[in-house]
Amino acid sequence: MGLIKEGKLVNDPFKNVSDCETVPAKGPVIVSIDQWMVRRDDLLKRSDLIGIWLKSDEHPETIAGDLAYLSLVALEFPSFRDGRAYSYARLLRDKYVFSGEIRAVGDVLLDQLHFMARSGFDAFEVESEDPLDAYNIAAADYSVWYQQTGDGRLSAAELRGKGIRR
Amino acid sequence: MYRYDEFDHKLVQERVQQFRHQVKRRLSGELTEDQFKPLRLMNGLYLQLHAYMLRVNVPYGAMTSRQMRKFAHVARTYDRGFGHFTTRQNIQYNWVKLEETPNLLAELAEVEVTGIQSSGNCVRNITSDHYAGRIKDELADPRVYCELLRQYTVLHPEFSFLPRKFKIAVTGSPKDRAAVALHDIGLRMHLNDSGKLGFEVLVGGGQGRTPVIAKTIREWLSPEHLMAYVEAILRVYNLNGRRDNIHKARIKIIVNQLGIDRYRELVDQEFDRIKGDVKGIPEAEIQRIKAYFAPPEYEELPDFTDKLSTLRLADKAFDLWMSSNVAEHKIRGYAIVNLTLKAPDRVPGDITATAMDAVADLADEYSLGEMRVNHRQNLVFVDVKQMDLHNLWQKLGPLELATPNLGQLTDMITCPGLDYCNLANARSIPVAQDINKHFVDVDRLIAIGDFTVNISGCMNACGHHHVGNVGILGVDKHGTEFFQLTLGGSSDEGASLGDRLGRALPQEEVPAAIEAIVDTYMDIREDDERFLDTYRRIGMVPFKEAVYGSADTKVVV
Amino acid sequence: MSQMIIANRLIDGLVIYMGPKGEWVGSISEGAVFENEHDAQRWLVVAQQAVEDSVVVDPYLIDIDAGGGKSLPVGARETIRAFGPSVRTDLLEDAEGNGG
Ligand code: SF4
Repeated sequence: MGLIKEGKLVNDPFKNVSDCETVPAKGPVIVSIDQWMVRRDDLLKRSDLIGIWLKSDEHPETIAGDLAYLSLVALEFPSFRDGRAYSYARLLRDKYVFSGEIRAVGDVLLDQLHFMARSGFDAFEVESEDPLDAYNIAAADYSVWYQQTGDGRLSAAELRGKGIRR
Repeated sequence: MYRYDEFDHKLVQERVQQFRHQVKRRLSGELTEDQFKPLRLMNGLYLQLHAYMLRVNVPYGAMTSRQMRKFAHVARTYDRGFGHFTTRQNIQYNWVKLEETPNLLAELAEVEVTGIQSSGNCVRNITSDHYAGRIKDELADPRVYCELLRQYTVLHPEFSFLPRKFKIAVTGSPKDRAAVALHDIGLRMHLNDSGKLGFEVLVGGGQGRTPVIAKTIREWLSPEHLMAYVEAILRVYNLNGRRDNIHKARIKIIVNQLGIDRYRELVDQEFDRIKGDVKGIPEAEIQRIKAYFAPPEYEELPDFTDKLSTLRLADKAFDLWMSSNVAEHKIRGYAIVNLTLKAPDRVPGDITATAMDAVADLADEYSLGEMRVNHRQNLVFVDVKQMDLHNLWQKLGPLELATPNLGQLTDMITCPGLDYCNLANARSIPVAQDINKHFVDVDRLIAIGDFTVNISGCMNACGHHHVGNVGILGVDKHGTEFFQLTLGGSSDEGASLGDRLGRALPQEEVPAAIEAIVDTYMDIREDDERFLDTYRRIGMVPFKEAVYGSADTKVVV
Repeated sequence: MSQMIIANRLIDGLVIYMGPKGEWVGSISEGAVFENEHDAQRWLVVAQQAVEDSVVVDPYLIDIDAGGGKSLPVGARETIRAFGPSVRTDLLEDAEGNGG
């Protein structure tokens, strides 16, 4: 298991704090939405970064008002078949204009990385013996996209419009 | 006809390359079957009763002769010499080898066809009217919007793992030949009060185990908002569709649960948010695609109808074919020709590699190199000169492609059924062949007139049985194949679902039941009334009595 | 009831049966017939191993009617899997690539 961010294998500065653990005094943490609701004030008193973990049936709408305090949203894929997180990521970026880290966690299949990246994810918890190598292979799968999805990359239609040829 | 540019080619090549890598990982054991299955399905590769089956999309049913030749080549080189056209404007190959699939897909990519999203919980092949661009009553060519939608939906990052599969159909004619009301999204062009062209948007239609006629979610949508509106529908579905039960995961279920008004509200909210977005399809792109579908350079031809009349008088067989298989073209001197894949002893929708090559040659000679496949499993030549009709007919005959039964009782939709399909309860094809043996009298078929018989081997309804005038559904009764009949279905602009006739029948009793239904109809119809209209007027009772006898009728509630 | 083990070969998807020594054969006539449940289950474990080894996909037991000197599958589905589509008898072919 490794965390890939901006195309690099990085050490995860965040600690996942489960609901039965106490939040450590220092250091960036990721908590569930329930914890956030209960301990919001305590968490905000800390000076470290906060992330929230959303399960696939937890709509980011519920934390839309709090996004200014958050530097990370982890979206869980309980199974690679459950595609809700793609829409959550897009809503986070486009509707709620969240610019922090959106991390893919759970059943993150390499073959779906390009979909995730294009939907607004920018960090991936990758299950592999050599996560970086796996990531690089998967990331190289596509260089052309038909859709504009707000990740900054130009769609085929836009490139055609600019007279750019492949 | 759309042609790939370098972007389209690159994307498809990258897809093939990715799949090649995935197949390698599967064969080496790096991927388990559970992990690999969704990946192969997204490329159209199923594992069926006999082997892997590859489903290839014919985008909105339009093909060139070059593509048809490639289909023939694939049938010969990678399969057992034939292919099968389905109700979703796909061609299927039944014995494809996993290790050869990447090469096969690379060959198809050369002629701009793919298996991308012909399966899986994503947006499937966009289907349309097979007469698109060639028929008089059309408001605009729907293929332009089909191609825009194709590009919009292919490898869509957000919508490739929907709760369930998603089907979209588009028609540009008030006469619906694309069964749009039976799709997750149906788009029907029409003019608004100020005469501007737009779409009526239908949502939540579908067949399968819970058939539903789609409901109107928007009376009129301006074409420039098409993608934004489709995106809003898809996003609301992706977020709200049920994922706990595969049988309740289609959009029709959530539309019914929330109610169409609530669903519309959710979609409108999302649509209002995104429609002003600069990220629409650039106008230049729309114009670029439109240009591909500009009409070909037609010749100035005289109307040939009178000369044809002479030929028709002289030859009854030609006359029959003319009246059943040839449709009017919007340009004077041209005609639309249907090539029926429904010869009596053949498998509906099947075509051999040899015939495919011959069809490709004939399309070059007589139809400007283009053809279509429709959702009733027939082929169509869309640009035939009237003066060539007699020659073409003579050449189609020996290929068994001129059976004059279009729209008639023997022009049956038939899914592959238990002869091929892993999910089947019963064999569909032999039922079609049996019925054919009972209806050989051409004059009788003509007298019966419009009459659709649709056969599915299980409740997945690939054979569209719910919307056949007579629907036949294969069911399994303690290991024996039985067939459940329905009456009164229709997939056109007045779409309706068939009603159950009564208890299921063993295979050998099906043809006689059809005979009884037909005889009853012929007895009670008024003037030239179609079967569908007679049924709608009179109802089930006489047909039920004819099939089961009057004693039975009382028992069955 | 006698049983056999059927599967698809991973590499080409063709229908195969387990042979008497645990090998895979392309024709039902060469497949091993298990006379009791114990044997059948024991060989099914071997078949599961072949799944793990990425040789076959989806193995399962089918009922066999061994009367009349020939081992024939019970029911339409398994008959069609063994002998091909009933509507295309011209295409009879088994996994060894004979016919067709
Ligand atoms: S209707 Fe059923 S039997 Fe027929 S092709 Fe579809 S899934 Fe197979």
